[in-house]
Amino acid sequence: MSENNEIEVMQSVYDKNDEVAKQINEALTAKGIFAINVMGAPGAGKTSTLIKIIERLDGTTPYVIEGDIEADIDTKTLLALGVKTIQINTNGACHLDSPLIGEAVESLNIKDGILFIENIGNLVCPAEFQIGEHVKMLISTVTEGSDKPYKYPLAFEKANIIIINKCDLLPYVDFDEEYFMKGVRALNKTAPVFKISSKTGEGVQDVVSWIKQNLK
Amino acid sequence: MHEYPITKRIIEISEEFAKKNNADDIKQINLVVGDYSGYVASSIELYFDLIAEDSICKNAVLNIERVEPKLKCSDCGKLFKRKPFSFACPYCQGEGRPTEIGQEFYIKSIEV
Repeated sequence: MSENNEIEVMQSVYDKNDEVAKQINEALTAKGIFAINVMGAPGAGKTSTLIKIIERLDGTTPYVIEGDIEADIDTKTLLALGVKTIQINTNGACHLDSPLIGEAVESLNIKDGILFIENIGNLVCPAEFQIGEHVKMLISTVTEGSDKPYKYPLAFEKANIIIINKCDLLPYVDFDEEYFMKGVRALNKTAPVFKISSKTGEGVQDVVSWIKQNLK
Repeated sequence: MHEYPITKRIIEISEEFAKKNNADDIKQINLVVGDYSGYVASSIELYFDLIAEDSICKNAVLNIERVEPKLKCSDCGKLFKRKPFSFACPYCQGEGRPTEIGQEFYIKSIEV
């Protein structure tokens, strides 16, 4: 027995983040905003996929929060296309968290539409934090390889929609789709999986249809 | 990198509970960290010493209980630790599903 006086705590260290995330989610829902947390490795084509989706939204207003460690390259690209976008730089942190999103949502002043929150390029930490989103969209690519569900299981487990990007490169890479899907389905029975090319736009319309069906 | 803010939160929560119990010195913090939580125990320890310096946790020992992730077999229902690049159950070759075991990240108790 310890001579110390033990006090039971049993409190999650995520508590503060999750509480803020819940408030953001409720505030966004009340404003008629459907929020999508976009996750994927650096170079997976998160921004180019978003652009292809936004081009096809047809009447639904898009908003973007761009998470980056320090650059604002993607924000400039989106602003040039006329998309209401705000930049968050984490200055080193590997994921977005809900206090950061709360501030950004306030400054965006948005209503009725879809908010895409592009998380930091990273397959690990973004999956661990709720940021007030309605769904998590994971973008994986054929160039990353088919072993990704086995190496980064949490991201695949938590995703509500999974996109396989860069399918135009399938003839040139060794991507074992069966092995990839076996891993995905072991972790996640329900998320739809869409094969697309953010370069050619192939398959993107199916993603847009899924998003529109899921709009609250 | 992301261990820094989370370590600050560990100290804050511990202080809140110590104050509620009229304690002004925390001797031990018992933390449960699942290996799937994405937090590196050694990084939390490193930051802990730095951040605790000016708090009532300055003399505290951080005791980290790690939890190995387990999958649950969809066929036979047994819990098992997965082998790399596979989700197969070692008992019946069925398919394992993720569980909460290994995703823990909470403060179990503090000792004052």
